[in-house]
Amino acid sequence: MRKVKADPKGVLTGAHYLDGDFAIAEGGLAAGCRFFAGYPITPSTETAERFAERIPFVGGVFVQMEDEIASITALIGASWGGQKSMTVTSGPGFSLMMENIGLAVMMETPLVIANVQRGGPSTGLPTLVGQGDMLQVKFGSHGDYEIIALSPDSPQECFDLTIKAFNLAETYRVPVFIMTDECVGHMHEKVLIPPADQIEVVERKWYEGPKEKYLPYRSDKDLVPFMVKAGDGYRFHTTGLTHDERGYPAINAEAQDWCVHHLMDKITKNAPKIIEYKEDQIENAEVVVISYGITSRVAVKAVQEARKAGIKVGTLRLITVWPFPEGRIKALAKKIKAFVVPELNLGQIRREVERCAFGRAPAIGVPHCGGWVHDPDDILKTIKEAAR
Amino acid sequence: MKAEERVEERNPIEDFLRMDRIPHIWCPGCGIGTVVTSFAEAMKKSELDLDKVAVVSGIGCTGRVAGYVKFDSFHSTHGRAIPFATGLKLANPELKVVVFSGDGDIAGIGGNHFIHAARRNMDILVICVNNFNYAMTGGQVAATTPLTANLSTAPFGNFEYPFNLAYLADACGATYVARWTSLHIRRVTKSIQEALAKRGFSFIEVITPCVTLYARRNRLGDGLNLLKYYYDKSEMKHGADTRTVDIDFQGKIIVGKFVDKDKPTFLECMNTHLQKTLGDKYVPYGVKP
Repeated sequence: MRKVKADPKGVLTGAHYLDGDFAIAEGGLAAGCRFFAGYPITPSTETAERFAERIPFVGGVFVQMEDEIASITALIGASWGGQKSMTVTSGPGFSLMMENIGLAVMMETPLVIANVQRGGPSTGLPTLVGQGDMLQVKFGSHGDYEIIALSPDSPQECFDLTIKAFNLAETYRVPVFIMTDECVGHMHEKVLIPPADQIEVVERKWYEGPKEKYLPYRSDKDLVPFMVKAGDGYRFHTTGLTHDERGYPAINAEAQDWCVHHLMDKITKNAPKIIEYKEDQIENAEVVVISYGITSRVAVKAVQEARKAGIKVGTLRLITVWPFPEGRIKALAKKIKAFVVPELNLGQIRREVERCAFGRAPAIGVPHCGGWVHDPDDILKTIKEAAR
Repeated sequence: MKAEERVEERNPIEDFLRMDRIPHIWCPGCGIGTVVTSFAEAMKKSELDLDKVAVVSGIGCTGRVAGYVKFDSFHSTHGRAIPFATGLKLANPELKVVVFSGDGDIAGIGGNHFIHAARRNMDILVICVNNFNYAMTGGQVAATTPLTANLSTAPFGNFEYPFNLAYLADACGATYVARWTSLHIRRVTKSIQEALAKRGFSFIEVITPCVTLYARRNRLGDGLNLLKYYYDKSEMKHGADTRTVDIDFQGKIIVGKFVDKDKPTFLECMNTHLQKTLGDKYVPYGVKP
């Protein structure tokens, strides 16, 4: 992994008053993203607008595609053309991207997709908040695969995590998702953008050996293959079909076993290096509130009230949602009474917590279909029940 | 063995094929291989830096082309070769990007991308092998199937109007539009050469025999019979009004170069417009210094 300082051309150093959507665009530019293909969709459009307005002064391309299928596919092409590339979308557009997210995974293509979540299913609540795509991002494309998903809880984190998303995408050659939501996307807060020389950016894992020896899908020690780009004279091939190390189609069970395990392993085996979460007062906690995105900020109020009432509550805020911190949940489950998992869906991450807790501690949801954030009292009530 | 004899034994387009993937999967009598040969011949004759050529395919019989040609080659998803190529070209403007795919891929599932890439004048060449049906899946009716032709999902004959792809490309702004059949080997080669030398959205349609499915279901005989049909019923008409070049079942096939014009590409438009609007603050993209 080669780390360099950010290219100052894309870094808008200073203190800004930005919403989360804008901060994602600035994060992308700071990370070195010079290709954005997008399609307008509420509540994510501002990211595309910001990029379109900024890129002429940085040097790069913004292209508004004909739909989200075209956007994600153009991203894959652009990444193989050598550019860091990103797009932004929300529920319906995210659904349209599913097939080609699988292509990006299969071709091991680094790229970044932000999903500013709104209420679903279908057209649902275009202008109102939701967190209903948390399982779709991991399981929505067909077949077994692993991706990385991050969840920011503020415009500042939208900026920071977009840079992190690019760094992870380049490190692991995988699509990385910023699973934000309408509230964080439209929330204006102070965003500090550091000078370029204080921003660390991961370079692509370029192949540098002899041309005749290059194999597009031969893994290195870290399980990630070296990459080349079109036009460098390697005359390589890559496909969405199950393939061998040469990138050639291999339509048989053995190749499938090798190919799929490789795609899974490079993330699951590197998960400890990828996973990030934030804990508070977790030692001696009897109840642990697990949350992410806007819901973690709403939960703060409930946790404060519960502590005032003498309940030992700890919090665990997911920053990396996928891969899921299952080891940590498993360890906590052994020593606490219960998990409380508020989220703006009917229990998507709660189900994952329950799986990892393996019956040692219950995972109690605070279900909410979206449209607005939780009433902190509802979370408080659940914490109190859990502590009983 | 003398050196000359060894030269004779080599496939003349070996340098352009992934020989370690040959034999290919196409049926006897299929026309795709012929188009690939024309493509290779055009590459041989072109003055392009072949390391800067990228081939993108979608899914289907013709979708397999990317897997056989020895260029940087991408086998993408069904219908999405054009947006993939769009990203590739915009990310690395020095590339010559060729989309090589079938009628189902380009005009069926990928139709939306086709019209928009033509509208934007994306600087790519699209070679569409049109065999009038979805062949990889066993011969289903397509957006290009002539009226009355019989296919497995039109078991009593097709009653949907087909696309006239040349007209569609022309109407959407393509700067180069030609149609040939796989009988017109030299013409196809020349057309590809011409299109490669152009900037902008170029479209070449090549009508090819699908012996196993289209011909069998419609009792049209073997590959040779279809080539005979092309020979008898093709009519060369350069500059023909694309509105008049529809194809009826076993009817006349108007072939030729229909459109050849110049207009600025997407990137040229972007650079010119933003330079004019923003002046010196604009950072040009993809322009050779």
